[in-house]
Amino acid sequence: MILAYLGMGLVLVALVFAAAGAIAGFTAGRTESVEGVKWARWLGLGFCACMMLSTITMETALLRHDFAVRYVAQVGSLSTPTYITIVSLWSSLEGSILFWGFVLATYIAVTLALTHDRKSPALADAIATWLAVGAFFCFLMVGPANPFLPLSSPVPTDGPGPNPLLQNHILMVVHPPMLYLGYVGMTIPFGFAVAALLRGSLGAAELKELRNALMVPWGFLGVGITLGAWWAYEVLGWGGYWAWDPVENASLLPWLTATAALHAAMLPSRRGTMKGWTTILVLTSFLLTLLGTFMTRSGVFNSVHSFSQSDIGPTFLGFIAVVLVFSVVLVAMRIDRLEGEGEGGAVVSRESAFLLNNLLFVALTFTVFVGTTYPLMAEALRGVKVSVGEPYYNQMAVPLGAAILFLMGVGPALPWGQPSAERLRKLAYPLGLGFGFVALGWLGGVHGGWPSVTLFFAGFASHVTLAELHVAFAAGFSRQSRRIGGYIVHAGIILMFVAVAISSAFRIDQETHLAKGETVEFGGYSLTYVAAEKIEESNRERQVAHIDVRKQGALVTSLDPALNIYPGMGAPIGTPAVYTTAEHDLYLSLMSIEPERIGVHMFRTPLIVWLWVGGGIVALGTLLALIPSRVRA
Amino acid sequence: MKSQRIFAIGAIVVAIGGIAWIALGNLGENLVYYWTPAELHQNAAKAAGATVRLGGMVKTGSIVQGTPLTFEVTDGTDTVKVSTSEIPPAMFREGIGVVVEGTVAADGSFQSKRLMVKHDNEYRAPKDGKMPDEKAMFGTLDDAATTAATP
Repeated sequence: MILAYLGMGLVLVALVFAAAGAIAGFTAGRTESVEGVKWARWLGLGFCACMMLSTITMETALLRHDFAVRYVAQVGSLSTPTYITIVSLWSSLEGSILFWGFVLATYIAVTLALTHDRKSPALADAIATWLAVGAFFCFLMVGPANPFLPLSSPVPTDGPGPNPLLQNHILMVVHPPMLYLGYVGMTIPFGFAVAALLRGSLGAAELKELRNALMVPWGFLGVGITLGAWWAYEVLGWGGYWAWDPVENASLLPWLTATAALHAAMLPSRRGTMKGWTTILVLTSFLLTLLGTFMTRSGVFNSVHSFSQSDIGPTFLGFIAVVLVFSVVLVAMRIDRLEGEGEGGAVVSRESAFLLNNLLFVALTFTVFVGTTYPLMAEALRGVKVSVGEPYYNQMAVPLGAAILFLMGVGPALPWGQPSAERLRKLAYPLGLGFGFVALGWLGGVHGGWPSVTLFFAGFASHVTLAELHVAFAAGFSRQSRRIGGYIVHAGIILMFVAVAISSAFRIDQETHLAKGETVEFGGYSLTYVAAEKIEESNRERQVAHIDVRKQGALVTSLDPALNIYPGMGAPIGTPAVYTTAEHDLYLSLMSIEPERIGVHMFRTPLIVWLWVGGGIVALGTLLALIPSRVRA
Repeated sequence: MKSQRIFAIGAIVVAIGGIAWIALGNLGENLVYYWTPAELHQNAAKAAGATVRLGGMVKTGSIVQGTPLTFEVTDGTDTVKVSTSEIPPAMFREGIGVVVEGTVAADGSFQSKRLMVKHDNEYRAPKDGKMPDEKAMFGTLDDAATTAATP
């Protein structure tokens, strides 16, 4: 009980700090008071400290199984393993809002530490913006999503434990924090962009700061999305990893606009143009993270009308509306001050490639946004329940994605300003590698269509990327680290493109029943159902089917797909078993299990492991692009 | 310089307009309607050839095991005959809430490509004679992935 009041008190104090800091910061920004900046900074640190302490309070309550705190009674259970208990902080609405506040506090504290020697009024505006966002989340916790509500007696002796899906796989422990770090971190570049607009100037140093601040959450968001896809693949048992589900789309949208912003931000440093556009993309990315949180947290997708019954729906929608109006007004008032008289390039130049890049990313964002929100609009306005089918997304995303891949090859090969004929002739080498990839694919069974187009562009882009990396490494790693990081990101993305194209076009699957001892031939493997087994664990019961996998008579591996049964949850959750090779994955998903007979869904998906490897390469590239420049800053 | 900028902006506007036009056209062709058996009958014309999600309860005594598996989905007033070559999930049985995704065949029966049984924490199978909560049920197909990526 005492923990409930302690946590509540800390959130209240954090709210006061955040609100006061926001007011002090904006005032200092208007009056250009150095003393005011100092005040905003201290109030900001106060907010961070209280937020972190309240999160520690919740963790303590969770670990001590203090069921007098209602949230602990909701998600805690004495039988849950300790690490699951720790992460059940974000397994339900109230706790996830608290975790959100914790992540925001961490971001603000780190950014304040990195900018500790700066006393400019622009920084005051940025601090004020971050704290205003922080104040809103504190307000949610004081009001509609209070994680520290005490539970009136009688205090239960045990709880149900967190959502079984959270307990079912280790990736579910890692993936949400990554997404949070991506979502919440967008607040920091948002603050810098608001400050730039308020002051009507975005100098070279500020631009660099903005870009670095954007790259951090962008990197986490990318990792979060990839881990989410991997989790879906390893756990959900339908053999795929991406279904254009609203929740997946919600995380993809800000990643797309932030990617566009990162590219747009490279133009002003070169040419002095696109400053205003860059800030618009940053504001949009932040708005999309809010929209994503709203969509995933308000239950709006079960029904438009259910959101008002959810605790935070209306409040959150109101906040989005306020941020949207604020952003639009701010941009309308200040954009002309930021848009300097920069020089454009020739039609065929690096500048045009960047413009086209932004156009494609915006088009992709628009496509996904329309598809995601259309069902909500249709239900709200016409009362019809519809969803947008996957073909819509695929028909749009495949050509747009191919165009982006094409540009990833051509763009870096084009010079800034006016291209010389010689530079253009040099494009012949990458063309050669493009045809080489297509030929290689042809031997492997890829005969035409989008997969071949993808291979061609991927080959082209690979050559250009490797050539750029070669030049950058020759110039010295420490001087070129950002460029090197950027091209390593490109290399990872190219690999992911190839994996996505080939794995989705050449996946084969089959469903079958297998009696005990029976063997089925599938995709070059012989699968034999050997035995069923029941395993009792502290928090669940596992029903496992042992299946021997043979290739040309020799035993390759034994796969154990399972159905896990959690108490308090009606239906079992499947755990597919996967045999991974560099060439393809063999993936078995259990549909039903009886001692004498199982129903099993078999998949063979080529090259899919390279999707996760590509994600890792992107993360590595992001780190390289980021860390050295941070150290220098 | 000025004319070049105007040209560039014009080109961008045309490009965005074109993409928006294509997107909205594609959208209309790929809508998936959520219907109960009664609504499916009312919208028979619209349903022809389209992908539909049909929600309801598995009618008692209607399950015929085999390949394909057939059963009837009811909303209390109307029923639709469904056939699927899929292996049903372990929970599949009479009286349970289901959502099937597929198309309506020429003979009026429903060819399911995807069969889902309602199974989340909040939702409990309806008591005898009571209809499953339609809204909770329609969420079914999204549930798995929704829980997946929810931060």
